[in-house]
Amino acid sequence: MKTLSENIKSGIDYASLSRKNRSRDIIFASLGIIVLFIAITTLVALFLDLAVRGAPRLTDPDFYTSFPSRRPLDAGILSAWVGTIMVMLVTAVIAVPLGIAAGLYLEEYASKNWLTDVIEVNVSNLAGVPSIVYGLLALGLFVQTFGMGETVLVAGLVLSLLILPIIIVSTRESIRSIPSELREAAYGLGANQWQTMAMYIIPAAKPGIITGAIVGLSRAIGETAPIITIGALSFIAFLPQSPVSGDFPFISFEWLNSGFTVMPIQMYGWVSRPQADFQITAAAAGVVLIVMTLMMNALAIYIRYRARK
Amino acid sequence: MATPSSRRLETSKVQVSTHFLRKREMINQVARYILMLAAIISVLVTVGIVYVLLSEALVFFEQVSVWEFVSSTSWTPMFSRPTFGIWPLLSGTIVVSGIALAVSIPFGLILSVYLSEYANPKVRETVKPILELLEGVPTVVYGYFALIVVTPLLQTFLPGLPGFNMLAPGLVMGIMILPYTTSLSEDAMRAVPNSMREGAYALGYSRFHTATKVVIPAAMSGITAAFILAMSRAVGETMVVAIAAGQMPNFTFNPMEGAATITTFIVQVSMGDVSHGSIAYLSIFAAGMVLFLLTLIFNLIGFYLRKRYRQAY
Repeated sequence: MKTLSENIKSGIDYASLSRKNRSRDIIFASLGIIVLFIAITTLVALFLDLAVRGAPRLTDPDFYTSFPSRRPLDAGILSAWVGTIMVMLVTAVIAVPLGIAAGLYLEEYASKNWLTDVIEVNVSNLAGVPSIVYGLLALGLFVQTFGMGETVLVAGLVLSLLILPIIIVSTRESIRSIPSELREAAYGLGANQWQTMAMYIIPAAKPGIITGAIVGLSRAIGETAPIITIGALSFIAFLPQSPVSGDFPFISFEWLNSGFTVMPIQMYGWVSRPQADFQITAAAAGVVLIVMTLMMNALAIYIRYRARK
Repeated sequence: MATPSSRRLETSKVQVSTHFLRKREMINQVARYILMLAAIISVLVTVGIVYVLLSEALVFFEQVSVWEFVSSTSWTPMFSRPTFGIWPLLSGTIVVSGIALAVSIPFGLILSVYLSEYANPKVRETVKPILELLEGVPTVVYGYFALIVVTPLLQTFLPGLPGFNMLAPGLVMGIMILPYTTSLSEDAMRAVPNSMREGAYALGYSRFHTATKVVIPAAMSGITAAFILAMSRAVGETMVVAIAAGQMPNFTFNPMEGAATITTFIVQVSMGDVSHGSIAYLSIFAAGMVLFLLTLIFNLIGFYLRKRYRQAY
């Protein structure tokens, strides 16, 4: 083993070696920045192209208040955005409580046994199932076997199954990030599992759980494939029945069984039309869709940021 | 603190305690079973998927031989004399996801090394939300982008490129899954204990050498898991390809041509008027089963590898 001074004498040039290493570091760091730049450029180019191309329709108030039409410059997104809101309502009502409940069970109650193992493997596998396979599930089970048709309810159901794993995983992660002292203190005071969970764990994990639910819903808003599979159409020139009416009993659930279209389906329908003018309408629909999802994502990021402080 | 009032409270507590405790335990048990039911529903989803795919695919394979399905290179379910060879759909799936991975793996690796080994926390905190935004853009919008922006752009370099091709959706998909690959492999690198990095620095390693000689080898199983999960994502991706690659089954490995993938075939049949129980209707479940099995294998390998690195450190 040579000593440092021997190495210097025998001619290993440490200065140039360290210079070489430093230049490698710089090269690698700039590679990282270049990749980052490509990703950001894509994001900006995508948004700018949509905004510029869709500007004529976006600035037209009729775009938001009229139904789709054969004439591209008259076509609007009324049925699409109403449909999206209704489908998301169903999705939120089903997926959020179910996902949070399953996540709570796995973190707080589940004992180490075969059932827990099955559920855990199953949840992590479900998260990786392609969305279109959920569409096939809905087509085969809800639409054909149960005869429910292509309705708002079926769309909401399939999207809630799709985002269920996201909500379960984020619920578990936010519960796991709570210091165990909190739980131990509650048990130490004589609280049982339910009291510990309801009074200490859920309030402490709330920001994380809400963030997860929003991220899941924002994914559902943009999902196209499973809704195409159940047979939703892009040309819907009516609105589902209003959930509130002037007559008794004032609240109607007829809209659940109504035909519908949603924003991504509407956009897909327009993109695949050959007329060039439909690309303008598609771009405008894309802007509205992105703004919807980005707003939800931004809200989630903000909640997490505030909770961390 | 034995004030008279608190002593009175104590005695009254003793009187109600059994009732109180029984009620409390009942609530606890009810809550347990309700929450358990929710967890079991998630298992029923998987059971439902497997049941639907299997039952419809079995009817399909009563009419089409399994041998034809796995050996024929022609997929024409809508013709009057239909043929059902899965290869044209598989070749499209392989080409598009291959391009996506060729973009996403090197980029994802560079970016994750940069974020976990080079970038200071401030940069990391600003970059992560940007990547999340990139992930939040709906896939149908990426499809539009591939068809309307990227394809014309590529046509200026590659004059022979048709309007529908696999190259543009592949490239766009590569960028689209970049946040996913990056965050998974960054997780793996973060799991490498700092003591290993410090040891490398103490030996005089540069950051570059620490990353390539210590961190990446130590995180290898996690990084591999990230890429396998990305592969699963790319194989199951639908809308980008459905919009920009033309949906025509085409047995080719040339990215300059348009083709259908397993997913886009399902979209194409669903958009058309196909009656329930017809052979074309059944064929989407057979195709869906192949897709489900492919992604299931990738996911299981990926989860196994991820579990291993979590145990290692």
